[in-house]
Amino acid sequence: MSPDILAQYFVSGLMLAMIYSLVAVGFTLFFGVLDIIHFAHGDVFMVGAFVALTSFIGLTLAGVNIVALQLVLMIVVTIAALALLGILTARLLVLPMKGAPALNVLLMTMMLGTILRESVRLFYPEGANPKAFPHLLPTASVSLGNIMVRIDNIIMLAIGAATIVGVSLLINRTKLGLAIRAVAQDEETAKTMGINYTLIVLVTFGLGSALAAVAGVISGLYYNEINFSMGLMLGAIGFSAAITGGLGSIYGAILGGILFAVLQIIGAVAMPFASAYKDVFAFAVVIVIMTWRPTGLISTLSSERV
Amino acid sequence: MRAPPEEPPARKSVFFGVGGLLAAMLYLALVLRVDSQSAILGLLAIGATGVFIAARLDLISAFRQSYRDNERVMDVLSIVAVLILAAGFHNSSFILFLLTTVLINIIACLGLNLQFGYAGMLNFAGAAMLGVGGYTAALLGQNAAIPPILLLPLGGLFAAVIGSILLPPMLRTQGHYSAVVTIAFNLLFTTFLEVYGGFGGTQGLPVQSMSLLGLDFNDDWKINGFEVAFYANYFVLGLMLTVIVAAVVRRMERSWIGLSLDAVRLDETSARCFGVNIALWKAVAFMSGNFIIGLAGTFYALMLGYIAPTNFTFGDSLILVTIIILGGLGSIWGVILTAAIVIILPEKLQAIQEYRFLLYAIVVTFVLLFQPGGLLPRAPRIFFPGWRP
Repeated sequence: MSPDILAQYFVSGLMLAMIYSLVAVGFTLFFGVLDIIHFAHGDVFMVGAFVALTSFIGLTLAGVNIVALQLVLMIVVTIAALALLGILTARLLVLPMKGAPALNVLLMTMMLGTILRESVRLFYPEGANPKAFPHLLPTASVSLGNIMVRIDNIIMLAIGAATIVGVSLLINRTKLGLAIRAVAQDEETAKTMGINYTLIVLVTFGLGSALAAVAGVISGLYYNEINFSMGLMLGAIGFSAAITGGLGSIYGAILGGILFAVLQIIGAVAMPFASAYKDVFAFAVVIVIMTWRPTGLISTLSSERV
Repeated sequence: MRAPPEEPPARKSVFFGVGGLLAAMLYLALVLRVDSQSAILGLLAIGATGVFIAARLDLISAFRQSYRDNERVMDVLSIVAVLILAAGFHNSSFILFLLTTVLINIIACLGLNLQFGYAGMLNFAGAAMLGVGGYTAALLGQNAAIPPILLLPLGGLFAAVIGSILLPPMLRTQGHYSAVVTIAFNLLFTTFLEVYGGFGGTQGLPVQSMSLLGLDFNDDWKINGFEVAFYANYFVLGLMLTVIVAAVVRRMERSWIGLSLDAVRLDETSARCFGVNIALWKAVAFMSGNFIIGLAGTFYALMLGYIAPTNFTFGDSLILVTIIILGGLGSIWGVILTAAIVIILPEKLQAIQEYRFLLYAIVVTFVLLFQPGGLLPRAPRIFFPGWRP
């Protein structure tokens, strides 16, 4: 196999890992503060891609023609819109169900996912068809040593990596992050220490959804096509990644995302005759990992065994 | 210690039970008969108002109490009522098909209830188990001379065996972690069927029709000018299967099997301390549940005559889970009621077909917010005859 092709696999693997990790970190954040699985998260990601497309069209109509400005504004608008969506979800749907069986909350978020997906399909102009996403980044290639890498891929990887590093700094180094970790560890004690629980939950949902927004923009720019059902599979993969890494752990989620991408790429490279089986392979490995480490690779929960 | 003096037996009236059953059947018949969309919307509004008023007047609890007090009578009456309802639609293929689909979903959800409602094992691979049953019917039916009626238990058996691959991870993981195992399995299952050419790929496979004692189930009947659509055959067999499965599940629930499963769900640690073998009971619940779901899948395939991976997606698993949560976990009548609503309503609301999934998701959201125990929550276990909670 030529180094060029290997490099291509490597870059696309990195890109997948980035997108999966961004989504998985959202799952793990929500689970941390509220002990729930926000199953609509994949569809929130899809909404992000559509908001980005809409804001791009809006910006073009408004006469903003500088590509860099378009890109920055698009990302800002998408992040703001999705953070708002996340906050509303927490306020209107998730917090009122506090104390309900975990299963009901899971079902509720699945229904929210259906509502988002169907709303885009029905109410977005021709939402049922795949939409072309604009090329906003330069597509020329640069040579690194003896392999060629496209500039747009490098920029996207940089944006994604910066976001992940930023979030982990936010969680681990700031006072807000301390409050989030405190709520995740013990809600009651956090409250007695004067932490505004509701506010932290809302902020966490805003933050997690903003990550999905970044993932949505990157995915749109990378594949140049978005459609209303793209969130379903990605939600399942992000959830699997978060679980495989160990729910509640940020690094676990990132590790899970990378692992899933690596599995898919290995599935595609090692079995070129059966590259269609890459998802089968990835999910089978997830089942095996769950058998081996029942609470994920990096487990934050003490297990209760008899 | 002497037993307390017997209280005079409470009046066990069948009045409310029969009245409620009649009202429900009449309403269902009307919904099935009416085709005009505005009429259906009107009926839905009337139904919602009726249920609301009945709930305010305490009629619903009287209805449920009457059902509980006169169980045998009401069970038989319900079966008769459903048969009469179906007889009323004897020449309408579509309605009979719809009713049989409801029955199949009831069977599958009863199996899922064993795992979910009693043993507390999350299973989001219900559709995959349906699929195992369906593909068993298609493949064995093509390649071997097996009488179709034998395919039903075989489909169940294959589902139980293939499902037992998931047992090691299911026994080791809990809660959300076991959810991901089953979600991964369902995605793996449909993806595998789509990419593996041997089972028809995305195109799917034809399935032979059901036949029993020389009677081909795909033949219409005609007796003295009285025409019966062939789906009536499937409906009758489906009803028989539903009754058998419901009886078995109810017997299991009320025996020490159900007691052990409840203990496993409610508190694994203390169940273990009292000598309940957790792994054994989880395995029993998981495999018998998968057997029942596989049986339903085989029957579904035999009725459809054609199956494809799109019949068994993760979304279909979600519908099964929705049915049992909306019905009330562990509640057999709840499953029957919600399966009817979830399957029939979207089919009848064709005019707003585009919006039906959206509306359906919104309705479920509201039920979860305002009636979190489900529509017919499971009744408390009756430990002694005549005991009232």
